[in-house]
Amino acid sequence: MSKFVFLIPLLPLIGFLINGLGRNFLSRTAVIMVGCGVLIASFITSLLLFKEVASPDFTTQVIVYFDFIKTAGLDIKFAFQVDQLSVLFLLIITGIGSLIHIYSSAYMHDETVPHFARYFAYLNLFIFSMLLLVLGANFVVMFIGWEGVGLCSYLLIGYWFKNKDYNNAAKKAFVMNRIGDLGFLLAIFWMLSQFGTISYLELFPKVATAPVYVITCITLLLFVGAMGKSAQIPLYTWLPDAMAGPTPVSALIHAATMVTAGIYMIARSNVMYSLAPHTQDVVAMIGIATALLAATIALKQNDIKKVLAYSTVSQLGLMFMALGVGAYTAGVFHVMTHAFFKALLFLGAGSVIHAMHHEQDVMKMGGLKKYLPITHITFLIACLAISGIPPFSGFFSKDEILIAALEKKPIFYVLGVATSLMTSFYMFRLYFLTFSGKFRGTSEQEHHLHESPKAMTFPLIVLGILSIVGGLVGIPAIFMGDAHVLGKFLAPVVVSQEILHPAIHLTHSTEFALMGGLIALILLMIFIASKKYANLSEPENSNSGISKVLANKWYVDELYNVIIVKPINVLSSFLSRIVDNKIIDGFVNGIGRSVQYSARQFRLLQSGQVGSYVLIMVVCIIIFFIFQLFWKF
Amino acid sequence: MPINYYIFLSVALFAIGIVGVLTRRNAIIIFMCIELMLNAVNLLLVAFSKMHHLKAYALNHATTVGTEAQLFVFFIMVVAAAEVTVGLAIIVMLYRNIHSVDINFLNRLKH
Repeated sequence: MSKFVFLIPLLPLIGFLINGLGRNFLSRTAVIMVGCGVLIASFITSLLLFKEVASPDFTTQVIVYFDFIKTAGLDIKFAFQVDQLSVLFLLIITGIGSLIHIYSSAYMHDETVPHFARYFAYLNLFIFSMLLLVLGANFVVMFIGWEGVGLCSYLLIGYWFKNKDYNNAAKKAFVMNRIGDLGFLLAIFWMLSQFGTISYLELFPKVATAPVYVITCITLLLFVGAMGKSAQIPLYTWLPDAMAGPTPVSALIHAATMVTAGIYMIARSNVMYSLAPHTQDVVAMIGIATALLAATIALKQNDIKKVLAYSTVSQLGLMFMALGVGAYTAGVFHVMTHAFFKALLFLGAGSVIHAMHHEQDVMKMGGLKKYLPITHITFLIACLAISGIPPFSGFFSKDEILIAALEKKPIFYVLGVATSLMTSFYMFRLYFLTFSGKFRGTSEQEHHLHESPKAMTFPLIVLGILSIVGGLVGIPAIFMGDAHVLGKFLAPVVVSQEILHPAIHLTHSTEFALMGGLIALILLMIFIASKKYANLSEPENSNSGISKVLANKWYVDELYNVIIVKPINVLSSFLSRIVDNKIIDGFVNGIGRSVQYSARQFRLLQSGQVGSYVLIMVVCIIIFFIFQLFWKF
Repeated sequence: MPINYYIFLSVALFAIGIVGVLTRRNAIIIFMCIELMLNAVNLLLVAFSKMHHLKAYALNHATTVGTEAQLFVFFIMVVAAAEVTVGLAIIVMLYRNIHSVDINFLNRLKH
C-alpha cells in the first residue's frame, strides 16, 4: 500500500489544477465533483494506508521519490515518511477535509462559478500542502508544506478580496506567520550545520551527541515557527482576524488542521524536545499563558466566530502545555478530538450564519433552537465535548493533559483547570446566546430562518458522532487498564512518557476525586452561564472595568500597534525620506552632477587655437619625460 | 667624430623645431619646423646607426650590423615627402578658402 502514498497528496493537487485552470468553463457541479471527489479518494487511500500502519508488524517506512537538493556534502531528498504519527494526521486532514469540502459546496453556493471554483482550488491546494507537511520525511519537505499552507491561509482569508479589511487580515496572518517561519528556517539551517542531515530517521538518533545548548536553541527556534503557525503568544493575534475568511475555511484551516501544524512539528521532533528541558518549560509556559489569555478574551466577545477563534487559540495553548510537560500523546490526542469538535463548532456557526444571512453578532441571535434543530443538537454536542463533560471526546484528551501537567508541575494544573472552566463558561454563553431565549434580530431575519441544506447538515452529524465517540480511543488507565488505543498506536514514534521525578504521585482515588471535582465545577459554570444568558433580552453591556478590557482583547492589537507597527512606520519613513531620498539619491545624483560640472569646466580647454593644443601636447610630453626619469615603471 | 656632436646638433634642431611650432602662426613655417624636428630625429638615427656599425665593423669587416637604420631613414624620408605633399595641398586649399595661412583663424572646430 505504501507505494501509493504519493496519491494522497497528488489527488488534491490534481483537483487544484483542474479547478484552478478550468474555473471559467467548468460547471458548478463539475467543480463540486472534482473538489470533493479528489479529497474523498485521498481519504480512502489514507484509510487503506492506516490499515497497513495499524498492523502489528509495521515498521516506519521512508519512500524516496527524487533528489531535491544535491550538492557536495548536502543531500536532501524529496521523501515521504509513513509512520503512526503521519498517518494519524493524514486521517484527520483528509477526513475532516472531505467533510468540510462537502459542507462548502452548499455554504458557498451564492458565489459565482469562477469564484466558487477558485475557492475549491484554494482548498485543494491547502490540503495538498498540509499533506506534504505531515508526510515529509525531512524538515525541508515539511517546510515546503509549511509555507504552502501559509500561502493558502492567506489566499483563503482574503478570499473576498474586495473587502479591504479582509485583505488586511490576510496580510496580517501572512506577516505573522513569516516571523515564525524565520525561526523554523534558522532551526533547519542550524540542524544542517550541526548534524549534516535533516531527515528524521537519520537526525533523531544523532541529537543526543550534540551539546545541550545547541539542542535548546534549535528546539526554541522550531518553537518560534510553531508559535507563528499555531497562534501562540506573542504571534497569536492573526488567528482571530483570520475569521475574515469563509466559515468552512475557518473550520478547516484555522481550527482543525493548519494551526495544529506546530503541534505536529513538536510532536514529530519530540526526541529533541525531550533532550531540552528548558525549551519544554518555555513551551509549557507559553502554552498555558496563551490558553489563559485567549480564554479570558473569549469571555466577552460577541462575534460568534471570534469566540470560536479565541477558543481555538486557547485550546492550542493547552496542547502546547501538554507537549511542554512531555505528554506528546496527550497533545496529539487533543489535536484529534479538538479537530472534531472545533470543526463541528465552526461548521455549526457557519450554519447559523448561513441561516442569519451573514449576521455574526450573537447579541442579535437567540432562540434559534426551534429553527435549526440539527445544528442545535450538534452544536450542543460540540460544546459539551469542548467543556470536557464525559463521555464526550474532549473530556478524555483534556483530562489526560491536565493529569500530565499535575504530575509535572501542579501550577500548570491549576491554570489548566482555570482555562477549562472559562472554556466551558464562554462556550455555553455562546450556546445559550445563540440557541435559547427569544430571537433578538430583526423580524425580517426571523422570517428567513431555516435549517441548512443536507450537504451542510451531513458533515455536522458525522462530526457530532465523532465528537461523542472520538475520545474512546484514549480511555485513561483508571477506567479501563490497557485501553489507551491511541497511546499504544503512537508509542513507536513518541519517546517514553515516564516522568522521572513526578511532583505528585497520583493514586487512582485522587485522580477520580480530581476528575469528579473538575466535572462538578464545569457543570457549575454551565449552570451560571445558563442563568445569565439563557434568557437574555437586552444586549450585554461591556463598557466598564475589566469587561471592557476583555471585550477589547486586552488591547494587545493596540499594544502591538504602538510598540511595533508605529516605530517601524516611523523608522521606514525616516529611511525613505532621509536615507533614501537624501543620502542615497544624493550620492547618485551627486556623481551625475559632478560629471556635468567638470565636463563644463574641461570644455573650456577646447579653445580651437591650434597653438594652445600644441603647447598642451608639448607640456604633456615633457611631463611624461620627467616622469620617466624619476619614476621607474 | 664623437657621437656627442651629433646628439647636440639633433637636440638643437629639435628644440628649434619645437619653438618654431609653438611660437609661429604661419602654417607654412610651422610645417617647416615640423620637418625640422623630423629630420633632427633622422639625423640622430643615422648617427647611432653608424656608431653601432663601426663597433661591429671593428670586430668583423664583413658585417652589415647597424646599417638597417640607415636604410630605414630613407623610408622615413619618402614617407615624409608624401606627407609634405598632402600637408602643402591642405595649406593651399586653406589659402584658397580663407586667403590666409594664419592658424589662429582656424578655430572653427571649437563649435
